Amino acid sequence: MDIHVRGIHKSFGGFKALSGVDLDIASGELIALLGPSGSGKTTLLRVIAGLEFPEQGQILFGDEDMAARPIRERRVGFVFQHYALFKHMTVLDNIAFGLRVRERGERPPEATIRARARELLDLVQLSGLEKRYPAQLSGGQRQRVALARALAIDPRLLLLDEPFGALDAKVRKDLRRWLRSLHEQTGYTTIFVTHDQEEALELADRVVIMNRGQIEQVGSTDEVYEKPASPFVFDFLGNTNVLPGEARGREVFIDGHDTPIVTDTIHPNGAVDIYVRPGDLRLADGGIPGFYADVRSTQRTGPIVRCEAQAVHSGQLIELEFPHLHHDAPRLQPGQRVYLRLNNFSIFPRGQGKPGAKPSDPTVLIGSERERGRLG
Amino acid sequence: MSATPVRRARSVIPGFGITLGFTLTYLSLIVLIPLAGIFLKAAGLGFSGIWEVVSSPRVLASLKLSFGAALVGAAINGVFGPLLAWVFVRYRFFGKRFFDAAVDLPFALPTAVAGIALTALYSPNGWIGQFLTPLGIKVAYTPLGVVVACTFIGLPFVVRTVQPVLEEAEKELEEAAASLGATRWQTITRVILPTVLPAILTGFALAFARAVGEYGSVIFIAGNLPMISEITPLLIIIKLEEFDYAGATAVAGTMLVLSFALLLLINLLQAWVRRRNASAR
Repeated sequence: MDIHVRGIHKSFGGFKALSGVDLDIASGELIALLGPSGSGKTTLLRVIAGLEFPEQGQILFGDEDMAARPIRERRVGFVFQHYALFKHMTVLDNIAFGLRVRERGERPPEATIRARARELLDLVQLSGLEKRYPAQLSGGQRQRVALARALAIDPRLLLLDEPFGALDAKVRKDLRRWLRSLHEQTGYTTIFVTHDQEEALELADRVVIMNRGQIEQVGSTDEVYEKPASPFVFDFLGNTNVLPGEARGREVFIDGHDTPIVTDTIHPNGAVDIYVRPGDLRLADGGIPGFYADVRSTQRTGPIVRCEAQAVHSGQLIELEFPHLHHDAPRLQPGQRVYLRLNNFSIFPRGQGKPGAKPSDPTVLIGSERERGRLG
Repeated sequence: MSATPVRRARSVIPGFGITLGFTLTYLSLIVLIPLAGIFLKAAGLGFSGIWEVVSSPRVLASLKLSFGAALVGAAINGVFGPLLAWVFVRYRFFGKRFFDAAVDLPFALPTAVAGIALTALYSPNGWIGQFLTPLGIKVAYTPLGVVVACTFIGLPFVVRTVQPVLEEAEKELEEAAASLGATRWQTITRVILPTVLPAILTGFALAFARAVGEYGSVIFIAGNLPMISEITPLLIIIKLEEFDYAGATAVAGTMLVLSFALLLLINLLQAWVRRRNASAR
C-alpha cells in the first residue's frame, strides 16, 4: 500500500515534534527514518501508526485519509523497541492474538488461526518454540515473535520503532540481514525508525533523514551519502572535517590558500564551509584541492588507521582515515608533513550548519560532532 | 607432589552462620514460641476437650462469621481495589493526591475510631443507615456490618499492592493490543488483568488476613449478638474474661490453623498464576 504523509504538524505541550512533514512512500518500499534523538522520527512513525494524532495534516493510505482514525482501524503492524510481548501468553498465543480478537464474523476458525500462527513462526524461524513464554526467549527471538505477531493481521503497513535498539551488536547485525531478506520475501511496505546510520544505510531502500521535526533529505543510500542536502545530513552520516573557506562564483578558496577549487555550481559569494570526510582526504604529492598538514598521532582501530593531523595553513586539527595496508597508507609518523588532497567534498554556505558550531574556530567540529555522527 | 589443601568453599557474602542463627532465634522468640504456647495451653484440654469447645454452636457460628465476612470483604476489595489503583495510576484529576493518601487511612486510623465512625454512619439513624433502613437493609449490628468493616480495613492492602504493578505495566502493551485490533474491553480483560492478577491475589490475601484478625473496628458495628454477629476474636476475649484460658486458646488455635490453611491455599493459587504468567525470569 502506498502511503502519503501531507503537512503533518504535531506538538507536545510547547514542543514542536513535527512541523510540516511531507513524505511519499511507494508500495513495497523499505524506508528508514533516521535522525538524532528528539528529531521527531519516532513521533512521525507513531502518527502514521495512529498512536498519536496530528494537529494538522493528512495520512493517506492509498487515497484514504487515516489521520483521525484510531490505530485498531488502520491495520498496521507495529513492532516496539522493547517487544511489548504479552508475558502471560505463549509464543503461539501472542502471534494468534490479532486474529483471536477479531469480531466473530471475521474471525477465522481456531484451527486456521493456529495454522496461520505456526506458519508465521516458521517464517521468523522459530518453529518449535510455540509453547514457550516470552520470558524464556532471548532478545532477538522476542523481537522476531513481535514481528510475527504484527504480521499475523496481514498489515497494510509494517512499522518498526528502533526494532534492534535493545539488542547487542552481533544479534543486531544478523537480524538486520534477516529482516532485509524477509522484506524481499513478503513485500510489506515497511517503515522503521533508527538512530544508527549504518543500520539505515544497510537496510533501507530509501532513507529519510530528520532533524528538529523536519525532513532534511529523502533519498537512496547513495544519494544521501554522496550528495548530502545539508551540513546536518553530511555530519550525521559520518565523521566530518569542516574547512572554512570563501566562495566567489564557481571558485571556492580554502582559507589561507590562493589556488581556488573550481566547482560546477555557482555559489553565492561569501563565507562557506567545505565538508570532507576523513576517508576522503588522500595522501598525494600535490594537486588541487589540497593542503599541507603535520601528522600529530596515529592509531590503528581494526582494519582502519586513524590519524590526527594539523593543517599547516590554519593550525586546524584534521581527522584522517586510511585502510590499513592500503598502498596510500605508508607508515605515518608523528611530525611528518604530508599533502592531503580533497577527494570528495561538499560546500555549504556558512551558518547553514547547527547553531553553536563556529567553523572559524579551528578546533571546532571534531570532538563532539564526530561522536554524534557515530552514536546518533 | 604436593597435596592441595582442601579449603571450604568461601561465599562472597560472609556470616551465613551468624545471620541464620539470628534469624531463627528472632523468629522463634517473636513468632514461633508464642504460637506454640497457644497449642500447648490448648493441649491441656485433650483432643476431645478441644473438639467440644470448638464444635459448640456459638464458636462455630463465630468462626463462620469471621472467615465468611473476611473472605467477602477481601473479595469486594479484590474487585474495587484494582479499579481504584487503575484510576490513580492512569488518570490525572483534581485532588488525586488527596484521595490517594486517603486510601491509607484505614491503615493509620486506630481501629476503634474506625469502628465508631462506621457504626455512626450505618446505625439506623446514621447518615447512611437512615436511607438503608426504609429499604429493609440493616447494616449495623448484623453480619453485613462485619462485612462493611472488613471491607473498610482491607482496602489499602489491595490498592497498594496492585498500584505499583499497574504503574510498571508498559503502556506499550496496550498500544500493541490496540494495533492488533483489540477493543478497549479486550485489551483490559486479555492483557491488563492477567498482568496484574498475581498482585490482586496478593492484595486479596493480605486484606483477608487483616480482616480475619480485625477486632477493634468490627466489634462496634457488629453489635456482638451471640450466634448472629459475634466474631471469633471477641469470643476469645469473652472466654478469657471468664478465666477459661484453655477454651480461649483452643478457639485461638483453631483460628490459627484455619488462617494458615487459607493463606497457604491463596499462596498456592498465586504460585500457579505466576507460573502461568511465566514471570519467572
